[in-house]
Amino acid sequence: MFRNQYDTDVTTWSPAGRLHQVEYAMEAVKQGSAAIGLRSKTHVVLATVNKASSELSAHQKKLFKIDNHIGIAMAGLTADGRVLSRYMRSECINHHFVFESPLPVGRLVVQVADKAQVCTQRSWKRPYGVGLLVAGLDETGPHLYQNCPSGNYSEYQAFAIGSRSQAAKTYLERKFETFMECTKEELIRHALFAVKESLQEEELSSGNCGVAVVGIDEPFVVLDPKTLQSYIESLETGKEEQQTMEETGTDDRQSLQVQHEGTGSRGISVGAGDDSPTDMET
Amino acid sequence: MAWAKENGGNNKAAELNYVDRSLDGPSHNFSLMPTPSKHTQYPYVTGSSVLGIKYKDGILLASDTAGCYGSTVRYKSVERLKRIGDNTILGASGEISDFQAITNLLDELITEDWMWDDGNKLGPFEIHNYLNRVMYNRRNKFDPLWNSLVLGGIKKGKKYLGMVSMIGVHFQDNHVATGFGNHLARPIFRDEWKEDMTLEEGVKLLEKCLLVLFYRDRSAINKFQMANVTEGGITITEPFALKVNWELEAFRNPTKGAEGSW
Repeated sequence: MFRNQYDTDVTTWSPAGRLHQVEYAMEAVKQGSAAIGLRSKTHVVLATVNKASSELSAHQKKLFKIDNHIGIAMAGLTADGRVLSRYMRSECINHHFVFESPLPVGRLVVQVADKAQVCTQRSWKRPYGVGLLVAGLDETGPHLYQNCPSGNYSEYQAFAIGSRSQAAKTYLERKFETFMECTKEELIRHALFAVKESLQEEELSSGNCGVAVVGIDEPFVVLDPKTLQSYIESLETGKEEQQTMEETGTDDRQSLQVQHEGTGSRGISVGAGDDSPTDMET
Repeated sequence: MAWAKENGGNNKAAELNYVDRSLDGPSHNFSLMPTPSKHTQYPYVTGSSVLGIKYKDGILLASDTAGCYGSTVRYKSVERLKRIGDNTILGASGEISDFQAITNLLDELITEDWMWDDGNKLGPFEIHNYLNRVMYNRRNKFDPLWNSLVLGGIKKGKKYLGMVSMIGVHFQDNHVATGFGNHLARPIFRDEWKEDMTLEEGVKLLEKCLLVLFYRDRSAINKFQMANVTEGGITITEPFALKVNWELEAFRNPTKGAEGSW
């Protein structure tokens, strides 16, 4: 980590061909609390780990609605994230004013990425210190993108950013092949399981996480604490039912999952095989 | 970016098409040394009516190919129907040069949209709204684009037909007409248009109205074009003529009984 010589300016290359300031900005994203996103054929779900700076304070707001069909989750410098979300909202509104139709999420993501790139090539600017997970719809269906401080963007089936996101990513990697066919409820439960992985010891509750959903013909909405809590509780009941279903092996989805995941899945207790339909408290 | 083109386009490229004059029109009305106003006060070379109807498979537009210079029918091969992208057609009456400017602007818009290459495409409704913004914005600067535009298209099975006027009035309907077509063709549409007509029925209806316009509109000529847009694509016919009959009873002694005639 000792590379002080070429990291003062964002406009200075290192001999190894790197822009250290940009990489430091991406570190800031890795230090922020986790944000997770996953999508199916009809919905995209965003989930965040909400950290309060002290017991007295309220949680940081990390889920933002950009338009009826686009929303973001951020990790890193939330102040930078607020500025970017203001820009994104403005772009969406302008597009809607001129064309009376929603701005395709892919185009918005590219605009944000171009904006971020500018900050990596001006000596009087600094890169944005926030990573965005952008969930939205366009003509071709729902999409999930990630925006980096470096000005890169990529599309994902499922992804996680921020601190302890690797645990969530591992969970998502195990399950992502089933996501396309998931219902909205199943997708939200997957997201909550992934958040659980990032929280590790802490108990999952509506106080320390946030979830938002957007779907075809369903505007972006951040779930209120009550709905969120009922989803969280359904994770518990879902898990119990899951154990019995695994033993009887009646569920089709279950067998499909075994095919995909090999032998390791059944033994793992956390988040094991949870995509069979369960009775959900609503 | 496409959004930068709202409000008439502050695009430098658009300005290059207009020597000394941006598509925006003059950007301010007041200065210390006021120059003569360069606002559009009246049109020079104009096109007459445009007609449009929805039918079962899509939209049909029709117009004649005359460009009148005041009361002279000076240009007889003016194409007043243009394709925009591959699912929209645009017809215009009014100032021909303004129509050309609008077509240029829309071509740029479509090209930019195409360059995104991301599976999203501007549909006819989006283009209608964009044109409305342009026309209304110019009207607010007291420098209108002197056109009545008819826009028709079909996207994902949804048919669209609408009109934007030079003052920014816009609406959609099953049948639209501009200029004299409003007075002569629309009453016929109201009587005879029905839902889900076949192509033949639609063409027949339009030809009937075009004929009426040729008989009664002095700036119309017997040379027409029709544009057809369906899910399969756009076709604009070569110019054709219709059979006219000047021996009709109504044309004998046309001023008989008219006010002030003898």
